[in-house]
Amino acid sequence: MSTLWRVADVVSIMPETETARTIGLRVNGLNGNLAGQHIDIRLTADDGYSAVRSYSVARAGMDETLEITVDELANGEVSPYLVRELAVGDQLEIRGPVGGWFVWKPTDKNPVQLIAGGSGIVPLMSMIRAHQASENPSQFRLLYSLKSPEAGFYREELQTLGQESHKLVIDYAYTRKAPKDWPTAPQRLTAETLLANILPKDPTPDIFICGQTVFVETVAEWLVRAEYPAASIKTERFGGTGGTR
Amino acid sequence: MVGIISSGFHGRRQSGNPALPPGQYETGSFPVLTAGPAPRIPTDDWEFFITTEAGQRHAWSWAAFMALPQMDIETDIHCVTSWSKLGTRWRGVSLDSLFENVETNCRFTMAHSYGGYTTNVALADLLGGRAWVAWEFDGEPLERAHGGPARLLVPHLYFWKSAKWINGIELTQDDVPGFWESNGYHLHGDPWREERYS
Repeated sequence: MSTLWRVADVVSIMPETETARTIGLRVNGLNGNLAGQHIDIRLTADDGYSAVRSYSVARAGMDETLEITVDELANGEVSPYLVRELAVGDQLEIRGPVGGWFVWKPTDKNPVQLIAGGSGIVPLMSMIRAHQASENPSQFRLLYSLKSPEAGFYREELQTLGQESHKLVIDYAYTRKAPKDWPTAPQRLTAETLLANILPKDPTPDIFICGQTVFVETVAEWLVRAEYPAASIKTERFGGTGGTR
Repeated sequence: MVGIISSGFHGRRQSGNPALPPGQYETGSFPVLTAGPAPRIPTDDWEFFITTEAGQRHAWSWAAFMALPQMDIETDIHCVTSWSKLGTRWRGVSLDSLFENVETNCRFTMAHSYGGYTTNVALADLLGGRAWVAWEFDGEPLERAHGGPARLLVPHLYFWKSAKWINGIELTQDDVPGFWESNGYHLHGDPWREERYS
């Protein structure tokens, strides 16, 4: 059952950016997971104090392993430990994977438009990887909005997929610093840039948006105004920093 | 209960706060979690309904709803994603007022929202001064991102039960899973019993 806490062994650690790393976990009895799901992680201090946070799964497996990518939040309670302290060979407790809504299944037929803001790429990467590993021929397109080239997760893998995969197109939007020779100056994502870099309305794609609350709200709003059906848009918000109201 | 110790982990020690249910931490912000885009409902078009097993339909326009007795509520809210916000202030109409003239033998309900969201709530959880249809937060009209013009407020259950953009309550004979309840989440959702997942 997904509600029990289980022990996970840390089997690998891969740096992604200066503040983010991918953590590979092995969990006895884990039975695979769906692309887009999340797990809860529980850390317990020497005196029994514990804290729980949710992290999206970055690689959906069919076995006892999974990966998460954690970005360190400046005032975080759990993420600094996971990014700075945790080592291969350590153990932690996990619950899940959980979620049956913000998921992509290899049996899904529609074209898929993924829209990531910053670390919102994580569950979408899980979908890309599951799609690549499947026989599913549907068209995937990713729009990845990020501060700078250095802030990108999974850089080499995405670069390779962007060049080689016939069923995935990747578009980047840089908000603060663009690569050399980039045709446009860095700026916050606009409705025009968004609509110029996503799949058309017909045939209706399944759209997954993940990122900070404001990013997700704004992008979803633009899509609805451009008459993409609201029912085809699935959203997931990251970072737990909403407005005050 | 405690299995694995992470000796380098010290944490923030908030969980000594008796107001926090197990596994929750306190946040000062108000995160937004929604499954899709936020619908836009002008109050002129807004309606709140209650339907019964006998086919009766009770409905209130925005004006009729605002004419009902209004209550100020101060309460803690607990999201299943582990954040809790303490001492939140709302204004709205008690479900006791809305159900005053409703006759039913049903024990369960399905809350329906503009935009298609649903969540099941036992009738007992809606009555007895424990649930409201709230339209004001912190002295201001409820923002659309947080469910405005009005949302259900059932603060003693995890916050996904407090359906945003509430449109009405359907009385049901059985406890039928709503949207998140069909997607891996608990039918009841009591934070004090940590009823998070199914």
